[in-house]
Amino acid sequence: MPNTQHPIELLRFITCGSVDDGKSTLIGRLLYDSKNLMEDQLEALEKSADLTGGGQINLANLTDGLRAEREQGITIDVAYRFFATPKRKFIVADTPGHVQYTRNMVTGASTANLAIVLVDARQGVIEQTRRHTYISSLLGIPHLVVAVNKMDLVDWSEARFQEIRDEIESFLPRLGGFRDVKFIPLSALNGDNVVDASAHTPWYEGPTLLGHLETVHIASDWNLGTFRFPVQWVNRPNDPTDKTLHDFRGLSGQIASGIIRAGDPVVVLPIGLKTTIKEIRHYQDSMPTAFCPQSVTLCLAHDIDISRGDMIVGIENLPGRSSDLQARVCWMNQRALLPGKKFFLKHTTQTVQAVVTTLESRINMGTFESEPNPPALAMNDIGVIRLKTAKPLVFDGYSTNRLTGSFILIEQGSNATVAAGMLTAPTEEAKPEYTDFAI
Amino acid sequence: MSSYHLDHLGYLETEAIHVMREVAAEFERPVMLFSGGKDSICLLRLAEKAFRPSDIPMPFLNIETGHEFPELLSFRDRRAKELGAKLIVRTVDDALKKGLATQAPGEISRNKLQTPALLGAIEEFQFDCAIGGARRDEEKARAKERFFSFRDSFGQWDPKNQRPEIWNLYNGRLNPGENMRVYPINNWTEMDVWEYIKREQLAVPTIYFSHERECFRRGGQWLPLPPSHTDASQPDPYAGARPKPNEPVKKLVVRVRTIADMISTGMIESRADSVDDIIGEVAAARVTERGSRADDKASEAAMEDRKKAGYF
Ligand SMILES: Nc1nc2c(ncn2[C@@H]2O[C@H](COP(=O)(O)OP(=O)(O)OP(=O)(O)O)[C@@H](O)[C@H]2O)c(=O)[nH]1
Ligand SMILES: [Mg+2]
Repeated sequence: MPNTQHPIELLRFITCGSVDDGKSTLIGRLLYDSKNLMEDQLEALEKSADLTGGGQINLANLTDGLRAEREQGITIDVAYRFFATPKRKFIVADTPGHVQYTRNMVTGASTANLAIVLVDARQGVIEQTRRHTYISSLLGIPHLVVAVNKMDLVDWSEARFQEIRDEIESFLPRLGGFRDVKFIPLSALNGDNVVDASAHTPWYEGPTLLGHLETVHIASDWNLGTFRFPVQWVNRPNDPTDKTLHDFRGLSGQIASGIIRAGDPVVVLPIGLKTTIKEIRHYQDSMPTAFCPQSVTLCLAHDIDISRGDMIVGIENLPGRSSDLQARVCWMNQRALLPGKKFFLKHTTQTVQAVVTTLESRINMGTFESEPNPPALAMNDIGVIRLKTAKPLVFDGYSTNRLTGSFILIEQGSNATVAAGMLTAPTEEAKPEYTDFAI
Repeated sequence: MSSYHLDHLGYLETEAIHVMREVAAEFERPVMLFSGGKDSICLLRLAEKAFRPSDIPMPFLNIETGHEFPELLSFRDRRAKELGAKLIVRTVDDALKKGLATQAPGEISRNKLQTPALLGAIEEFQFDCAIGGARRDEEKARAKERFFSFRDSFGQWDPKNQRPEIWNLYNGRLNPGENMRVYPINNWTEMDVWEYIKREQLAVPTIYFSHERECFRRGGQWLPLPPSHTDASQPDPYAGARPKPNEPVKKLVVRVRTIADMISTGMIESRADSVDDIIGEVAAARVTERGSRADDKASEAAMEDRKKAGYF
C-alpha cells in the first residue's frame, strides 16, 4: 500500500525511435517483468498468440490496442500505460515509429519528462532515430535514455554498443537541452537489462532500465521560477444564496510557473495594471501559497476587468508582448505549410487569428543543418517560421517556459490541429507603463 | 524534496481540473455524464473543485438501460440533488420506442443500445461536448484516447485519425453537428480512483462494499439474481437474464468492482467493507477491473468497435 509519508513521485516517459526497433515490445517487457500485468491480460495475450502468432506471445500486443495495429504489426497512435513500483508511479506513452505518424509521437512526447529512444543494434542510428531524438530535445524533455535494443542479435557486442553510443554523442551537443543522458544495452524481447540485469553484458556497469527510471532525479522538473498564471475561467457566482458571495470574483486557472503567496504584488497583462493577491482559493480552502502546476482561483485586491486569455504575472521578469513572433514548428498536416496562410493560434488559454508570414528555415534531419528559405514545410518537417497575430500575445520563450512559450495552429474550416509551435524568447519585456492601481 | 511538490494524486487532480475548465470556457452546451459509479463520483468532486463557489456550469446526464442496480439510481439522484445540479435521465426503453435503437435478436444485454440513446440525447439537447469518466487504463482501445476526443456528426470515433494533442493545449473547435467527448480522468488508474475517494472522503454506493446477495454462475462469473417479475401484464424486462435450471442460485458475500448494469456486472466474492479494504484488494488484485465485465469479453476489439459506433 502506498506510503503517505513520502509523496509518491510520478514520472511520465515515452518510448520512441524508428519502426520495429522494439518500443512496444519493451513496454510489454517492462510491465511483464515488473509484475504489472494481470492474469486476464496475460490470458488475452496467450489467446492471440495461439490464434495469430503460432504460439509465440507478442508483448507488443499489450499496447497495440487497435485492430489495425495488430493486423499490421505496427503502432499507429500513442497508447498510454500505467504501472507502479514501490518507488514511483509511471505513465508511459508508447509512440509510433512510422514517419507518417510523427504527429502522434509528438502528442506523446509533449507531456513526457523522459524519452527512451530505441535503436536497433543491427541497424544503428537512422534518420528516424535522429528525428525522434531531435523532437525530444525540441520539446524540452529533460531526461534522455538511449536504449540500444536487440543486443541478442549482435552477439552482445560491446564494440557495436560503443559505436552507436559514439555516433549519438557526436550529434547531441548540437541539440542541447537534455539534463541527463543514459545509454543502456538491452534486449526487450528477452528482458536483458530491462528489469533484471543481464548476464550477457558483463562489460556494462550502469543500471537496468527500470532501475534508472526509478532513480533519475525529477523533483526539479516543474518550473518554480517566475510566476505565470493564464486566466482560464472567470469565476463569478450567479445569484448566490450565500450573501457573502455576491461580490465574489475569482480568476480560475492553472499556475504555469512559479509560486504565489497571498499578499504578493502582481501585474495583469496585457492591460498592465498592478495589484495584489487578496486570496488564493482552492475549493473550500483559502491557501497562503500555491505553486506550479496547481489549479487555483485567485482573488485580486482591485476590481479589474479581466477575462480568459489574460495573464497574471509576478512583478519581476515580465514576459514579452508582441504580435510579431518567431517560432520553431513541427508541421503535422498532409497539406504543406505555405507562407501567407491564416490559422487559429491557441496559446495558453486564448485563441487568436494568425498568419504565417515567412518560412525562415527548415531543419535537415540528416545533418541537423538549417536550410534557409524553404518554399514550404511538408508533413513532419520542422522549421523556423514568423507569424503575425491579430492581437499581441503575452508570452515567454519556450526554453524558459514550456506552457507560456508554446502554441498550436488550427486550420480554419477543417479545425485540424496542424502544428505544434515553440516561441523564440521575446526580444523585450512587456514593459507596461503601469501605474500602481490606486483609487 | 521541496514543499512545493505535488504528489501523484495532486498532479492528476490539477490536470483534470484544467481539462474541466477548458470545457466550461470553450463549449456552449456541455454536459457531464453521471452514473453514480466510482469514476463519475470523482468527476463530480473535480467539478466542484474546478467551479466552486459558482454552480457547476453544466447539467448531468445518465442513460439508463432499465437494468440498473436500485442502490445506484438512488445514490445518483441524491448526489445530483445535493450538488444542486440538473439531472437529465434518458432511457434505452425510450430509444427503442422512438425507433432510435433496435435490439439484436437473442441479445439480452442493453449495453450497446446505450449508444443510440446517448446520441439521441446529445441531439435532443444539442450538446456540443460530453464529459465522461472513462480512463485509459480500463482497456486497450481506451488507452489510445485523447483528453478531447473528436466525434463526427454520426458520433463516430476514428482512432486512426485522431487530432494531435500537444501539451495542455486542447483543440475544442467543432463544425455544426460534430461533438467532443472529454475525459478528465484519462490518466487515472483504478487505484488512483480509490485513493482519491479515500483522500476526499467521498461517499460511494453501498454495492461497492461487501454484502450478501443471491447470485448465479454464468460465463465464468457470478451474476446477481435479478429482481422478481411481479407485473404479469408486462413482458419480463429480465427475460433471458434469469438463472436456468442448471444454474443454481447461491447466497454469497460479494461486492462489485466495476458497475455496468445488473445483466453485465460480475460480482466478486469479497469481504471488503471499507475504502481501505478496497484499496488493499485492488493492490493485491490479479485480474483487471474489466475482467469482471461480460460486455468486454466478447472479443479483443469489442471496446474499439463499440467506441467507433459512438459508445462512451
Ligand atoms: N531479437 C529481438 N527482437 C526484438 C527485440 N525487441 C523487439 N523485437 C522484435 O522486433 C519486432 C518489432 O517490435 P515492436 O515492439 O512491434 O516494434 P515498435 O518499435 O513498437 O514498432 P512501431 O511501433 O511500429 O514503430 C517484433 O517482431 C519484436 O518481437 C529484441 O530485443 N530482440
Ligand atoms: Mg510499437
